[in-house]
Amino acid sequence: MISEESQLYPTTNSHQRTTRKYLTLSGLEPLVITPETNFVNVGERTNVTGSRKFLRLIKEEKFDEALEVARDQVEGGAQILDVNMDEGMLDGVEAMTTFLNLIASEPDIARIPIMIDSSKWEIIEAGLKVVQGKSVVNSISLKEGEEEFIRQAKLIKRYGAATIIMAFDENGQADTYQRRIEICKRSYDILVDKVKFPSQDIIFDPNIFPVATGMEEHRKNGIDFFKATQWIRENLPNVNVSGGVSNVSFSFRGNNTVREAMHSAFLYHAIQHGMTMGIVNPTMLEVYDSIPKDLLEHVEDVLLDRRDDATERLLDFAESVKGNKKESEEKILEWRSFDLQDRITHALVKGVDTFIVEDVEEARLASTKPIEVIEGHLMTGMNVVGDLFGSGKMFLPQVVKSARVMKKAVAYLQPFIEAEKDGKQEFAGRILMATVKGDVHDIGKNIVGVVLGCNNYEILDLGVMVPPEKIIETAKKEKVDAIGLSGLITPSLDEMVHLANEMEKQEMSIPLLIGGATTSRAHTAVKIAPKYADVVHVNDASRAVTVVGNLLQKENKIYKEQIRAEYVKFREQFLTRGKRKEYISLEEARKRKLKIDWQDSRITKPKKLGIEVIESLDLKVLEEYIDWSPFFRSWDLHGRYPDILSDEIVGKQATELFADAKVLLKKILDEKLLKAKAVFGLFPANSINGDDIEVTSNKEKFTFLTLRQQLKKREGIANIALADFIAPKESGIQDYLGCFCVTTGFGTDQLARKFEAEHDDYNAIMIKALADRLAEAFAEYLHKEVRIDHWGYAIQENLSNEELIKEDYKGIRPAPGYPACPDHLEKNTIWQLLNVEERIGVKLTESLAMWPAASVSGYYFAHPESRYFGLGKIAEDQLANYATRRNITTEEARKWLNPNLAD
Amino acid sequence: MTTIWQEIEKRILVLDGAMGTMLQQYKFTEEDFRGDRFKDFKLPLQGNNDLLSITQPQAIRDIHAKYFEAGADIVETNTFSGTTIAMADYELEDLVYELNYESARIAKEVANEFTVKEPHKPRFVAGSIGPTNRTASLSPDVNRPEFRAITFDELRIAYKQQVEALLDGGVDLLLVETIFDTLNAKAALFAIDEVKEERGVDIPVMVSGTITDASGRTLSGQTVEAFLVSISHIPLLSVGFNCALGADQLQPYLKRLSKETSFFTSAHPNAGLPNTFGEYDQTPEQMQALIKQYLEENLVNIIGGCCGTNPEHIKLIAEAVKDFEPRKKLVVVGS
Repeated sequence: MISEESQLYPTTNSHQRTTRKYLTLSGLEPLVITPETNFVNVGERTNVTGSRKFLRLIKEEKFDEALEVARDQVEGGAQILDVNMDEGMLDGVEAMTTFLNLIASEPDIARIPIMIDSSKWEIIEAGLKVVQGKSVVNSISLKEGEEEFIRQAKLIKRYGAATIIMAFDENGQADTYQRRIEICKRSYDILVDKVKFPSQDIIFDPNIFPVATGMEEHRKNGIDFFKATQWIRENLPNVNVSGGVSNVSFSFRGNNTVREAMHSAFLYHAIQHGMTMGIVNPTMLEVYDSIPKDLLEHVEDVLLDRRDDATERLLDFAESVKGNKKESEEKILEWRSFDLQDRITHALVKGVDTFIVEDVEEARLASTKPIEVIEGHLMTGMNVVGDLFGSGKMFLPQVVKSARVMKKAVAYLQPFIEAEKDGKQEFAGRILMATVKGDVHDIGKNIVGVVLGCNNYEILDLGVMVPPEKIIETAKKEKVDAIGLSGLITPSLDEMVHLANEMEKQEMSIPLLIGGATTSRAHTAVKIAPKYADVVHVNDASRAVTVVGNLLQKENKIYKEQIRAEYVKFREQFLTRGKRKEYISLEEARKRKLKIDWQDSRITKPKKLGIEVIESLDLKVLEEYIDWSPFFRSWDLHGRYPDILSDEIVGKQATELFADAKVLLKKILDEKLLKAKAVFGLFPANSINGDDIEVTSNKEKFTFLTLRQQLKKREGIANIALADFIAPKESGIQDYLGCFCVTTGFGTDQLARKFEAEHDDYNAIMIKALADRLAEAFAEYLHKEVRIDHWGYAIQENLSNEELIKEDYKGIRPAPGYPACPDHLEKNTIWQLLNVEERIGVKLTESLAMWPAASVSGYYFAHPESRYFGLGKIAEDQLANYATRRNITTEEARKWLNPNLAD
Repeated sequence: MTTIWQEIEKRILVLDGAMGTMLQQYKFTEEDFRGDRFKDFKLPLQGNNDLLSITQPQAIRDIHAKYFEAGADIVETNTFSGTTIAMADYELEDLVYELNYESARIAKEVANEFTVKEPHKPRFVAGSIGPTNRTASLSPDVNRPEFRAITFDELRIAYKQQVEALLDGGVDLLLVETIFDTLNAKAALFAIDEVKEERGVDIPVMVSGTITDASGRTLSGQTVEAFLVSISHIPLLSVGFNCALGADQLQPYLKRLSKETSFFTSAHPNAGLPNTFGEYDQTPEQMQALIKQYLEENLVNIIGGCCGTNPEHIKLIAEAVKDFEPRKKLVVVGS
């Protein structure tokens, strides 16, 4: 056992770590050729001298198809890709450069190293200048003398490539065993001693010549190659041996059965003798063990020169097997049998555009409008690309490739789309794209540009390092519909803020899109949005289309408002959380309170002052007030109701969940399983001492303590406390305040326990989630009733539920424990004032949570300027002041307000 | 004179930290960037940090000195963008020689002052050679994947000019860094090799790549090992990684590199990842703790900092390396 294990995991006794000289090559991935490496296959179809099809594709500049040839080679197992452009009608330098550049944009091809194959040095050098990996030159030799050989070898070394050395010298190509080893030895010595060329970067090609040609001098072509290979491997340290195998069967062109057997038998013996790599067409290779015994014997007789009549015997035998082997069929690609959407997604993810037009056509015929193919099939695929990219499973070049496939698809659809529009070429909008001043990174911007371009936007790309003046000037002159800014390095963030500021100064109103690796929603919301309101952070290209689409539609007001609201909310939340804030003193903050002109304000006296109780409300009334979005969120399904039901990812699950919820809700409503109770009161009130609100109920006075924002703000922005929304006592104006507590929680626990007992955890959770929603709905409903009826300051109000959810009404109902008044101790005052527990049974726990949980309590503020806000962090001075007002120790105050204390 | 080849065998060498972060603290205005000499220049120059070697040399000198004081063995010249290609944006191509020469001269002067003071700890200057703002193996135009905004020859010529000026200015070694496209680096190495041959000098060369994305590859798509294979054809003092990632994210890649290469290794990571405001939060203590893991695993011979690091970071790194032996090179055996 022990000996076996130590063989598997050899332990090193010395501290010194060692390695040997191996040939290492690279594309996007490395290829290390060690003695343990199996024979290395060099793909040879991307060679104009060997493939008529490839030559035609290059001549006709059908590069997409030419790349498919390369991809086939890689997918077929080629470990190195031979590229040859030696053809009289081609500009070899240009063709080599172009094709290798194209390969560099195809990560699944560029994965493997390139063999730059040419008999012309200038073509080889052109190739060396465009590959980032370590490639192989094929080939140089002593053909034009030692000086030129040395010059080329030095350059190859400097370019960082390995090289094949042909057994060729001033006197011609080596065609015997002796000449082969002499030339290889001489080449090796020059390279290693004079050029200091790394020996492991040398690959010898001792010339594979045709056998069975009928000429006496060719009889030993096979066996001499084998022997020379063996000598080279034994005598020239660290080198590899390669060769073009198909040469050997030259005289059997047209008889693939013999050729394939010959290739495979040749390879078998060459490898035995030390050949490590070779140019082989894998589709022209029979498995050695599958070669019929008689054919193999005849072939090996020739290769090994075993009989004088070997050639004649093979020729005779060849006649008998000729033509009974079918040409290898076009490989049927498995993914072509997928569903239409999966095919399109596959094509986009893999960046394969061979079939995209036919797939898109199929999609177009199945759609009512051609544009639906873009918005549906193609965007679905692009979203997958976006997700893979986002999670690091695709990298940049692949995404760019995907965009290209997308573009091709869109180009095909374009005429159909235009036809729909009475033949008028019409862009959906004109977008200016730029990488900001001081930044050079533009790949992300380009991707967004391409993707938008795919979606029928006209892109004005100003490039990189674009000064703000130029962006604004161009935007105005060209009347663009939106500006997209990109940046990757960190100072670009400030540039974006600067540009936003300029746009505001110049009173521009077009949307500004922000993207790039260091940008974030937080930065956009916190730093840019305050400068320029119409700004959106777009974190990936696939999202850009949706965002721009929404922004550029005519009815974009709601969308813009949504974004603004989102950013304001985000900003407030962020600022209450973030660190490194500057705070002003409480005194200073009070000076900067929200100043309402009370003389001008119309204060409505409630129709009926005092406390009212709702003993039992019919729950059915509440159904239409339910805000469902948080319900889904509580189940970890994110999205806005009702869109979430048709959401691509969670839609199915959301729909199922919603159906289940509806069933249970109906049961609750029909069987009155939950009780809805409420208590509320409307009282005369005035703010006193700056931040307190004094309320009078039955001549008894109660004091609410509100907290004031202390975060340092821009000039002109108030530091708000809830007390600011109530007229101060010294104004002499009588103002009013409401308080409430609603609950729909009674019965919840019993029901939940019942479900749990039935092992129905699903409904046990469901009932609680629904009770919560009903409580919120009740609060919403009651607030509306109060506004319209009991207080009656908004008699005219007529809002839909959606508008209610968006808080479009006048006045607010902030709740203790929430951002505007995080102080839970306020609930004690509400409970005393309304006698909540006695009246409706809702209790406060010792940590001031409400029981039953499905309860909501808070205040009503009626003033039109009252609004929701986040308190943010407060400083020590306010804490001390608050403790005095509350008549508790600072330590106790600290305990309650801890989350809101600045560091 | 002691050479860096001797010093690197003895101990782990400390490279300096960020130049940009330090310069930001000066809050130089457009006027400061221009100085007297460029006060009427046609284009805005603010942000051209390399220019400060000419217009605010004292600031550059002070920053170098702060890093040496903190314990750095090597400082980088203020020449990250010192090529005609990068300077084209400011139309200051003609200034490239002077920029590099002056930057090298200033750094070398400061280094000499410290070496004289502390002869047991010789200080070195590495000529910083940045990636330029163009990529030789990626197309900036997705619709023309065969297009390149820069060629190998253009890069090679620009790099050669920078290298010559840096050598004339007196640098002890060259640092080809923040490599996001290996082909750019290969052009730089080509140029360096040419200059070495023409001048008959053997200047030590450090190469430092940048892993940019979540897939653990360079921007141009290469894996750690492929990158290493692609730049190992020129004899190097060291190979390593810098920028883009913090020390913790960089560690697995550094480990792979250290395992494979027969050169010495280097790392100068960022002070963590930037926060949402583009600032680096990692404290010197936090970074030191992460670097200690490198040292415990014997991953590096040269260690420093990139974006967001300052002399405090370098000081703690320098303190940490004292307790550790330098990484032993992988030895190539056989003929």
